[in-house]
Amino acid sequence: MNTQTTAPAIKMADLGRKTQQISLEQETTSIDVQNMSLYYGKTQALKDISLQIPKQRVTAFIGPSGCGKSTLLRSFNRMNDLVDGVSIEGQVNIDKTNIYDKSVDVADLRRRVGMVFQKPNPFPKSIYENVAYGLRIQGINNKRLLDETVEWALKSAALWDETKDRLHESALGMSGGQQQRLVIARTIAIKPEILLLDEPASALDPISTLKIEELIHNLKDKFTIIIVTHNMQQAARVSDYTAFMYLGKVIEFDNTDKLFTNPSQKQTEDYITGRYG
Amino acid sequence: MQISLKDWVRSGSPWIWLSASAVAISVVLVLGLLGLIASRGLVHFWPATLQEYTYTQTQDLQIQVLGEQVQREEVTAEQIRNSGIQVAEGVDLLARQLIKVGNRDVYGSDFRWALENQLSNLNYPTYATSFERREQGNFYGFILGIKDQGQLVAEQEKGSNQLWPAVTERLEKTLRIHQQIEDLEKGAIGSINYQLEELRLDKRRLELKGQATPENLAPLEAKQAAMQADYAQLETQLRTLYQSLATSSLVVVTADGQSKEINFSTIVRAYQPNNMSLGQKLGHYFAKLWEFVSDDPREANTEGGIFPAIFGTVMMVLIMSLLVTPFGVITAIYLREYARQGFITRLIRIAVNNLASVPSIVYGVFGLGFFVYFIGGNLDKIFYPEAAPSPTFGTPGLLWASLTLALLTLPVVIVATEEGLSRIPRSVREGSLALGATKLETLWRIVIPMASPAMMTGVILAVARAAGEVAPLMLVGVVKLAPNLPLDTNAPFLHLERKFMHLGFHIYDVGFQSPNVEAARPLVYATALMLVVVIALLNLTAITLRNRLREKYRALDV
Repeated sequence: MNTQTTAPAIKMADLGRKTQQISLEQETTSIDVQNMSLYYGKTQALKDISLQIPKQRVTAFIGPSGCGKSTLLRSFNRMNDLVDGVSIEGQVNIDKTNIYDKSVDVADLRRRVGMVFQKPNPFPKSIYENVAYGLRIQGINNKRLLDETVEWALKSAALWDETKDRLHESALGMSGGQQQRLVIARTIAIKPEILLLDEPASALDPISTLKIEELIHNLKDKFTIIIVTHNMQQAARVSDYTAFMYLGKVIEFDNTDKLFTNPSQKQTEDYITGRYG
Repeated sequence: MQISLKDWVRSGSPWIWLSASAVAISVVLVLGLLGLIASRGLVHFWPATLQEYTYTQTQDLQIQVLGEQVQREEVTAEQIRNSGIQVAEGVDLLARQLIKVGNRDVYGSDFRWALENQLSNLNYPTYATSFERREQGNFYGFILGIKDQGQLVAEQEKGSNQLWPAVTERLEKTLRIHQQIEDLEKGAIGSINYQLEELRLDKRRLELKGQATPENLAPLEAKQAAMQADYAQLETQLRTLYQSLATSSLVVVTADGQSKEINFSTIVRAYQPNNMSLGQKLGHYFAKLWEFVSDDPREANTEGGIFPAIFGTVMMVLIMSLLVTPFGVITAIYLREYARQGFITRLIRIAVNNLASVPSIVYGVFGLGFFVYFIGGNLDKIFYPEAAPSPTFGTPGLLWASLTLALLTLPVVIVATEEGLSRIPRSVREGSLALGATKLETLWRIVIPMASPAMMTGVILAVARAAGEVAPLMLVGVVKLAPNLPLDTNAPFLHLERKFMHLGFHIYDVGFQSPNVEAARPLVYATALMLVVVIALLNLTAITLRNRLREKYRALDV
């Protein structure tokens, strides 16, 4: 195609990352989406999506507003169930079980598939209680276990040093960036397998954004991370694989380096070079 | 700089002025209302100066009048002439005074109107004495002597005061005995009566079950006999106390020379207002004020205190809050969180909102028909057959009044709670759900705590409405005079079936139903003030609680 004439907007070397040579075929699959369609009432929001999300990698969903990135993300922990009039066809398999099967316990699923939202949403409780919330829900009230987990989670979220002296103060007194990291700590405290991040840095300043990105980088050994982002540089910086979505379809899903430097689809190229979106 | 009217209107300042003046008027009205109630009510407890006049009714009928000036007003001479009293030509306005002369048993009425031009020789006799009596209202007069067992033991001239120490000493003694009698009647004797009644009911219960065998009855009867012995003993004690009361009496004379004997046991308080220093007056004032808020009423509620009414009001409001909060909150949670939003929920909301505008007396009628007669009547049949035919719960009482008011205030709590629930950001709920919490756990741990300030707002509004409500209460439990408080030392301590007194009804009763409306009017104001204070305190407590909750669960700025 004409990749030679229009240079891609993002140069991976400028972002300071090494190009990776792994390919999708060699990865273990974490989430296996098969022919999934999703309807809000009569409008179809996701159209026949099939996608294998690799385990312990960072996968980014990019695409213009309203293309269904968030909807797809939210269908991985069934947050869409909360919306009236949603219906789903096809399958989303995690560990070979279709999560839309009637026998699946939604609360249990959400424990395994954690989610962080666009705006920080700490509970009006202390920092400690925010992180311990998921454990308390599971009936864990052992003080020592809670202390250990809270410390581990806050350390993993690179928040321990800032908060260790004020664990019992309200979480609402923290800055936006700290709150978002707290929410991440809260989510990883229950040790999910998969972490869904829905534009986690869009409401934050550049420095906080950077911290969140570092965090994502550090967490990917332990979790399968899926991030939805509007910011293509961010996707290029943090992800191993990127899916480009447009109008409810996955147009292209590939190694991030490949997708940003040598996209196979015209639509992808147009989007990442800024022709639309 | 010239600003045109059009620009001025467009700048918005007229609206600021308009709204500011509306606020100012409201504030003035509220303060005026409180000021009026407070000034009319609180003055009542001040020991008013006793004035003595010569009252010339006609040329040859002159009498001495002693009393407190209550009111002074100007009337047209025309009006006086029409009532058949001679007024000199050329006089248009005349001043007249309302004098509280007391001595109802002597004069037949406590008050007397007198034209000022018929009053002369105004003076303030130092040793004029006010007697507050248990019956017949105040007596104003002069002490002449003391009688023991009908024998005159001490005497003095009308103008002297050498008997005063002896009088106060005897009065204190009788008051102490009175206190003992009261303690005995309310304490030990009341308790024994209560237990005897319980025993009687126990026996009756056995009879109804057909188990009234001598073996079963024996322990009860033994207990009963023991109690009756106790009772007899207490009764003799009481009788001696009563006898020791009746011994001394006081010989007094009214300003116009009619002499009268007053038994010490009928006197509550005696004082000489013209002979009191400011300090003594203040002491008297606060003693009277304390009596007002802490004592039982006397003389058809027109004297004494209003403690049972305060207690009943607070009690009723508290029980009402305890009933209405869970009901309202649960209803609101179901409506907002669980019910499918649609035609039926909309219908329910409309119905709830309309309930708020149903006149309160309708709730009273409903409470009487449903709670008292239906539920109460059936409770009696099932649980208290031994008390029949006298009803236990099948008669108006505290529980039913609280329930009726809970029903009345339910819409307020529902609406406020729903409002609060709808304001909890979706993101926080999702945050909890995404951590694997179920809907119930999210509600219980996140949503309800965060909505609790709104629920408290609902309770505050409910309290404000319930505390001021009178009409439905008259049907479902409030009485003019309740012999016992709903809370006492006899198990089970809280007697929800008892009737109770209420400040709002007390105001109505004292102001319009009492035999001596004129004398009771200051008490009406004082009681109204008390009602306002009680409601304000209840609300303040709730508001403090809400602010604390609000601080704790400060919502996110999203």
